[in-house]
Amino acid sequence: MGSDKVIQIKNLNVFYKNHKKSPLSKDRKVHVLKGVDLDVYEGEILGLAGESGCGKSTLAKAIVGMNKDFTGEIIQKYQDAQMVFQDPYSSLNPSKKIGWLLAEPLKVDKTKKWTKEEIDAKVKEIIKAIGLTENMLGRYPDQLSGGQRQRVSIGVALMRSPKVLIADEPVSALDVTIQAQILELLQNLHKEYGITILFISHDLRVIYQICDHVAVMRGGIIEEYGAPKEVYKNPKCDYTKELLVSAGIK
Amino acid sequence: MKKFLSMFKKNKATGKRNTYLIMGTIITGLIVIIVLVGLFYTPYSPTKMDSSAKLQGFSFKHIMGTDHMGRDVFSRVVYGSRITLAIATFTVLIGAGLGTIIGAITGYFGGILDEFTMRVVDAMLAFPSILLSLVFVSLFGTGTYQVAIALGISFVPSFARIVRGEVLRCKNMDYVEVARLQGVSDLRIIFVHILPNITGVLVSTIMIGFNNAVLAEAGLSFLGIGSQPPYASLGNMLSDAQSYLFSRPSYVLGIGATIVLMVLGFSFLSEGMKRWK
Repeated sequence: MGSDKVIQIKNLNVFYKNHKKSPLSKDRKVHVLKGVDLDVYEGEILGLAGESGCGKSTLAKAIVGMNKDFTGEIIQKYQDAQMVFQDPYSSLNPSKKIGWLLAEPLKVDKTKKWTKEEIDAKVKEIIKAIGLTENMLGRYPDQLSGGQRQRVSIGVALMRSPKVLIADEPVSALDVTIQAQILELLQNLHKEYGITILFISHDLRVIYQICDHVAVMRGGIIEEYGAPKEVYKNPKCDYTKELLVSAGIK
Repeated sequence: MKKFLSMFKKNKATGKRNTYLIMGTIITGLIVIIVLVGLFYTPYSPTKMDSSAKLQGFSFKHIMGTDHMGRDVFSRVVYGSRITLAIATFTVLIGAGLGTIIGAITGYFGGILDEFTMRVVDAMLAFPSILLSLVFVSLFGTGTYQVAIALGISFVPSFARIVRGEVLRCKNMDYVEVARLQGVSDLRIIFVHILPNITGVLVSTIMIGFNNAVLAEAGLSFLGIGSQPPYASLGNMLSDAQSYLFSRPSYVLGIGATIVLMVLGFSFLSEGMKRWK
């Protein structure tokens, strides 16, 4: 494992607008992330754990630039972070075929002009890498199962060979056997392409299985950080203990 | 084509035929075929008068009778349907085209532009559309094209509203976020990623729009604006025929039935398309 930092997050504060409050009241913004510091090292899988609503997805969205309303610093070594979403049923455009979905990231690539042959070759390479066959290319997303769709989502994210992949609860919407397959796929891709993965999950067991480091979040701050084995053995804060108990590990 | 033919078969899941779609296709198809044939051949010239054969009833010689100037009503109906259909098509093209662009862009970008456009749309929808078309006709002048443009503009607001709603529904889906992350431009997201997902709603709205356009055109011609005599359109023929409503009811019947059939056909089509998938 290299020790280069791919992403450095320094004192990150993110706000959301609160539409329920009157436009005249002062605190119209909700403080979601309260000073997050986090480093992601090159070539690792970093697990981000925490309960629903603690700001995991907010952090991910801030990193990829989907939410620009923040203070603090996010330094990225590569500017090409791609994201995989939780729900494989809404993250693929239902009116497009799989082949089109995979080719689209290359067609709109501003950094390089891809020829048709190059796109075809890359699509074939990726469809193999995500464990699907070429005859899937002509199908629509609603003809695939949840697991296959999540594979395609991962494939779409990989098309431009990003160095960093952010997976936002990629297995939460899937059943256990399919979860295992997708996790295996992520691990394989991690080995094969050397991608750094920021893996977000509320399931500590999943994180234990595949991650090199784990960060536990609660209420917009990172409560604990370390290698999963150590964190799970001697959790420093009570919240981590609670999580471990509820996950049935302790 | 295969997909088109499959609609006549029974649905495998429910075991039912889509009767609406079949009826709609048959009725509309029949009208379109007659109109197309009418381009090359009508039994009589639609404008040729024959003073010896005024206001006749139904007969084999004149299947819809003749009018007060001795012209063959069927030939005039075929000719008039062509103009009515042409105006309706043009109207829907303008309405749906502009409406889709306006609705999609305002819905996607939101903000002040959206607010402003939607208030203008609200204002336009507040007027009865026939009144709005009358205003536009008085601006553009009477005539076939002018009526089509006037009706088209008065159709824009409702299309814009419907498309905007659909775009709002789609724009927060994850696949739009994915596209944005990949750096797809906003216009490409709107027209390539989102629009194909709302075609279902759009097509059935277009069919209803067609319906309304036929009625609105007939209404405008009935009021005397629209295509001018001696050229026939269903509306101005109806307006001529109303003075003979009691002395020669068969005169009105053929024209009225054609309008009813046309509207019925499009209604069935739009209902059938809603139930298609």
